[in-house]
Amino acid sequence: MSRDTALVSAEWAEKNIDAPGVVFVEVDEDTSAYDTGHIAGAIKLDWRTDLQDPVRRDFVNKAQFEALLSERGIANDDTVILYGGNNNWFAAYAYWYFKLYGHRDVKLLDGGRKKWELDARPLVTDAVTRPATQYVAQEPDTSIRAFRDEVVAAIGTRNLVDVRSPDEYAGRLLAPAHLPQEQAQRAGHVPTAISVPWSKAANEDGTFKSDDELRKIYADAGLDDSRETIAYCRIGERSSHTWFVLQELLGHRNVKNYDGSWTEYGSLVGVPVALGDTPGEAGPNSSVGEA
Amino acid sequence: MTAPTAAGCAAPDQAAPLPASLDLEKETVITGLVKAESGEAVPGAYVRLLDATGEFTAEVVTSPAGQFRFFAAPGDWTLRALSRHGNGDTAVTAARGINEVTVTVAA
Repeated sequence: MSRDTALVSAEWAEKNIDAPGVVFVEVDEDTSAYDTGHIAGAIKLDWRTDLQDPVRRDFVNKAQFEALLSERGIANDDTVILYGGNNNWFAAYAYWYFKLYGHRDVKLLDGGRKKWELDARPLVTDAVTRPATQYVAQEPDTSIRAFRDEVVAAIGTRNLVDVRSPDEYAGRLLAPAHLPQEQAQRAGHVPTAISVPWSKAANEDGTFKSDDELRKIYADAGLDDSRETIAYCRIGERSSHTWFVLQELLGHRNVKNYDGSWTEYGSLVGVPVALGDTPGEAGPNSSVGEA
Repeated sequence: MTAPTAAGCAAPDQAAPLPASLDLEKETVITGLVKAESGEAVPGAYVRLLDATGEFTAEVVTSPAGQFRFFAAPGDWTLRALSRHGNGDTAVTAARGINEVTVTVAA
């Protein structure tokens, strides 16, 4: 994968709004932004109600994904262009998800909603409906999804990349700072995880930095690209953004997103946790890095 | 379905009242308005909270009345606003409770 196959610019998107076989999809956790204005012809996916199982803590299964895409009118051979708010966090999560279920041609709109709005490109409020399809998904590709036991086993042996803000990594905050901080789980990070906030990979208008800049960021942070990598955050959407950078833009292999992320890991009984600004050591007990 | 409020990571409605369960003895709320040079409120601006080293911490979009809100920790922060009317920065030293800040944007 590379930038040419995984990413489109806002300029390209505006020129291809009506292109046959191209479907724009806005993905957000709160879809009220879509309702106040969206790219012409774009359908919406709600991260929480469309992509998460309503009962179990997991995302929708293959049959549920097929039903969702069929109902929204996305066909197997459509080119899907994903975009959203929050610097494309949820769009990147959906991208990972489309890949997990084997969609052939899916791309992210560089900069997402923010870049589009800051460029003053047109948004419309028209209702969008597409004729239903018979979407067929592949079996989930778990080579890009990490589960908790793999994360514990990766301590000290694989690259673990914590993409939350430095204060969340160190344990000074429990959630991103636009959310209240009272949470059930413990603060800190997985021992030996390096801290590379997702935001390092993005310009302030939400577009991705250049490949050269991105390579330097992860090399300087000590990411060994000959080893497997697991990225995590709090609930798995910011780490989808970093997964996208590492695997889809930079072409690293064996990169997994741990969608359980800190809300799962920080609630596990008996696992090691590191506090402070340094990665900490591999070992059976909690370790405290230097503050 | 009703998911727990903290399940997601998207920025909540910036005009909504503070949740009743919020403990202002514990939370450090940084809130305020983005204004243009004319003094008019700027809705739809992107406000970024940067930590003491300038690192990105969070981002929200201002409400129709130009409001934003963060839940931070005591210390030094910078608010940076991006909008179609231009950009602007304001430094704040936050303490527990509510800290009010205005960010003015200009081209």
